[in-house]
Amino acid sequence: MQLDKHRITHLKQLEAESIQIIREVAAEFERPVMLYSIGKDSSVLVRLALKAFAPAKLPFPLMHIDTTWKFQDMIAFRDTFCRENNIDLLVYTNAEGVKENINPFDHGSEKYTDVMKTQALKQALSKYQFDAAFGGARRDEEKSRAKERVFSFRDKFHQWDPKNQRPELWNLYNAKINKGESIRAFPISNWTELDVWQYIYLEQIPIVPLYISQKRPVVNRDGTLIMVDDERMRLLPGEVPDVRSVRFRTLGCYPLSGAIESEADTLTKVIQEMLLTRMSERQGRLIDHDQDASMEKKKREGYF
Amino acid sequence: MSQVNPAEQSLIREDIEAYLARHEQKTLLRFVIVGSVDDGKSTLIGRLLYDTNNVYDDQLAAVRKASNLEDGSVDLSLLTDGLAAEREQGITIDVAYRYFATEKRKFIVADTPGHVQYTRNMVTGASTANVAVILIDARLGVLEQSRRHSYIASLLGIPHLLVAVNKMDLKDYSQEVFETIKKEFSAFGKNLRFKDITFIPVSAYKGDNVAQKSTRTPWYTNNGGKTVLEYLEDVPVSADLNFEDFRYPVQYVNRPNLDYRGFCGQVASGVVKKGDPIMVLPSGKTSRIKAIETMQGGSLAELAEAFPPLSVTLRFEDEIDCSRGDMVVHPDNRPEVTRSFEADLVWMHERPLDTQKTYLIKHTTQTVRAQVDKVHAKLDLPTLSEQPIAASGDGSRDKLELNEIARVTLTCHRALYVDAYVKNRTTGAFILVDSLYNTTVAAGMIRARSVSAKAQSLDEALKEVRAGSGLLPKTQVSPRERRERFGQSGTTVWLTGLPGSGRWTLAYALERKLFDLGRTAHVVTPFDETLPTIISAAHACTNAGLITICAFSAFKEAERAKVRDAVGAERFIEVFVDTDPALCRERRPDASFEGFEPPKSPDLEVVLVRSRLHESIEAIIGLLEKRGQFDEI
Repeated sequence: MQLDKHRITHLKQLEAESIQIIREVAAEFERPVMLYSIGKDSSVLVRLALKAFAPAKLPFPLMHIDTTWKFQDMIAFRDTFCRENNIDLLVYTNAEGVKENINPFDHGSEKYTDVMKTQALKQALSKYQFDAAFGGARRDEEKSRAKERVFSFRDKFHQWDPKNQRPELWNLYNAKINKGESIRAFPISNWTELDVWQYIYLEQIPIVPLYISQKRPVVNRDGTLIMVDDERMRLLPGEVPDVRSVRFRTLGCYPLSGAIESEADTLTKVIQEMLLTRMSERQGRLIDHDQDASMEKKKREGYF
Repeated sequence: MSQVNPAEQSLIREDIEAYLARHEQKTLLRFVIVGSVDDGKSTLIGRLLYDTNNVYDDQLAAVRKASNLEDGSVDLSLLTDGLAAEREQGITIDVAYRYFATEKRKFIVADTPGHVQYTRNMVTGASTANVAVILIDARLGVLEQSRRHSYIASLLGIPHLLVAVNKMDLKDYSQEVFETIKKEFSAFGKNLRFKDITFIPVSAYKGDNVAQKSTRTPWYTNNGGKTVLEYLEDVPVSADLNFEDFRYPVQYVNRPNLDYRGFCGQVASGVVKKGDPIMVLPSGKTSRIKAIETMQGGSLAELAEAFPPLSVTLRFEDEIDCSRGDMVVHPDNRPEVTRSFEADLVWMHERPLDTQKTYLIKHTTQTVRAQVDKVHAKLDLPTLSEQPIAASGDGSRDKLELNEIARVTLTCHRALYVDAYVKNRTTGAFILVDSLYNTTVAAGMIRARSVSAKAQSLDEALKEVRAGSGLLPKTQVSPRERRERFGQSGTTVWLTGLPGSGRWTLAYALERKLFDLGRTAHVVTPFDETLPTIISAAHACTNAGLITICAFSAFKEAERAKVRDAVGAERFIEVFVDTDPALCRERRPDASFEGFEPPKSPDLEVVLVRSRLHESIEAIIGLLEKRGQFDEI
């Protein structure tokens, strides 16, 4: 009798485990921060954090690394969301990169990502001296993430050494670091893409409208649909944006995010389409395809 | 990866909301899968993912491309292959987690390597698993390694063991082969702690009895034998949780304003209801549960009860003292409150256990200093038997190396609130952290109370809480750590010689030279002190890890023997500065030479002639090097 009564669904269990991790970080570190990408995983992460400390406000700020090339919808969503939830938001941009006009068109996705994301993140973490940074990465996203720890140690250069990770047992996380070193904490490591969507659905978590299909101007670049989000988009000679029903499976910088054609104009339809699709999530993310084992390399260098 | 089960596809198409409602009800099962590189572990995981439709087309295409097999088939083991570093070596080097789901459950697989030296990884993956899957190669039978893995799985408290007898295709699906392995393993397995052990004949390569029932094992299939997947879907999970003993380690105190005080935590075990009487350890103060809170759909909500593994916030009726590291329990069902306990310890770091130093122990939400007092016995992995350790006094035989398992006694600076690991996988578990390097060096599982079988009274518990540190007040830096920091061991270099022999000149020149070489040396200089004072000074400097240079006058052998005994012969070097007595007299006409006893067996003799000072210094440094006092710089 007790067995059924105390049966717990997988989502409830994942939720409980994630909240435990978030509280552990808040309790063990002096200056934690939550990296906020504005994407669906971030939305779930922030909701879990709000749950962990309700009715208090979040005991740490969110930080968004703004590459200046994010979708306009993302920025609007971010500002409204943080205001409505009484969340402290830090926005950081690599000023040097802006000065040098580093952009995805002239410098290629690899260099651009390094300067505007990886370097920017490192600068921001150093500037504010955060000793722990939450991220919304999931182990099912990509092979190199499958063996990432929940508490992932970074040296004072913010680098990750996959061969020298601390063993992680039970729910006992080792939070000991020296000054200058830091921990990246991944509370939703064990969630899958479906878990994230299902949780958004169940908890009615607001997400950026770009995830839902609607008519948007796009151009087709080698089979990838790129949205023309603002006037900075460089069109090729003779290229004319086409208005199509599209949505995004992952969100990042608009020139690097591939849209998919879709009629899924509600959350449940998106989940339905996601479940029936046969292509993995990161396929639309251009940076993963730059080179073999590229994510692992980026992570070693300090990318999230 | 997504979780599209073929059977569920039509429901997804027709009624997505009904599907989501059903999917939401699925439970979670964690399992760890162990075996050596050649047992087909990666292929089994790949097969599970593939046959449950948990592989996307683009991933499959990538794997097909990488498989490079002549017949164009897919090497399923590549689906679970990970980092670049291990791809080069062709083996898995760490724990990797995989995710898949069926109509009934969601699964998290810890994929751990099965090499002898990787006990560490297996322990990591096993710590949270509900089921262990051990692969046995049908051609090879029960190997030493299979026993070892099963033992570790049992030690880590995994309730259920599945023995997958793999590569049955290479043994013509022979029932006899299967039964022989089953019989042999059962005989061994009955000494382990599993609730149950199940055997399934499989071929991960061909897919037999992994996700699909095999027609090639009718002797198994037709007798109701389950596939691996069916087994994983049906094995009970919540029955393994402890709902009896309420334990709630406080993680975080939530105090947004003066009117609200909530204690955040995850229920480790037991059930707590609104209105329950509770006690907070270590204070022993009692109150009642005023509310159990969480947040649902964006607003604060109350729960009637909380049970593992829920993360909630508790509020008490009374304002009693409670902070992180405290434990909330029912007053009539308490954990043992103790500063000292016996545990099984798995050493997980290249730097071996040092019983001379203190570590940090992290147990539930408490972190305190602790020391391993005694290593009682080591586990001999090949025979799985305990090898008692004779006490050695200096700790030299207590060394516990990477991947070794031992039964030890630990003493903590402050009392912990513990249960035996076999009763409680949360309050019975801990890790050790090396506070010098911040590394996680060991995992521990607390043994059943060894002192007394009867439950501890509240008075006894509170007495233990109020008692001082279980550790004697002493240095927390061991000689080994000092050596690592300084690159040298403390040694007294005692210069014996007549007045005017040049001892002091040599002493300061030696100090300078050692310093220039990057060593840490010091000439002890209370010139006119008594022998006991000199001994104290030399002893203190040597303990501090310095090359301690003494040039005091000590004419008698007996005096020098006293110094040698006090400092310790192994870190004492006597150098006889054997300068020509005539020269000494010439230099120190005022001094008395009466009663000088030249050393009978000095460690080194040097003859100080002007301009050959450096040769004497080289000789002394050479001796120090020979005696192993220095690390390479």
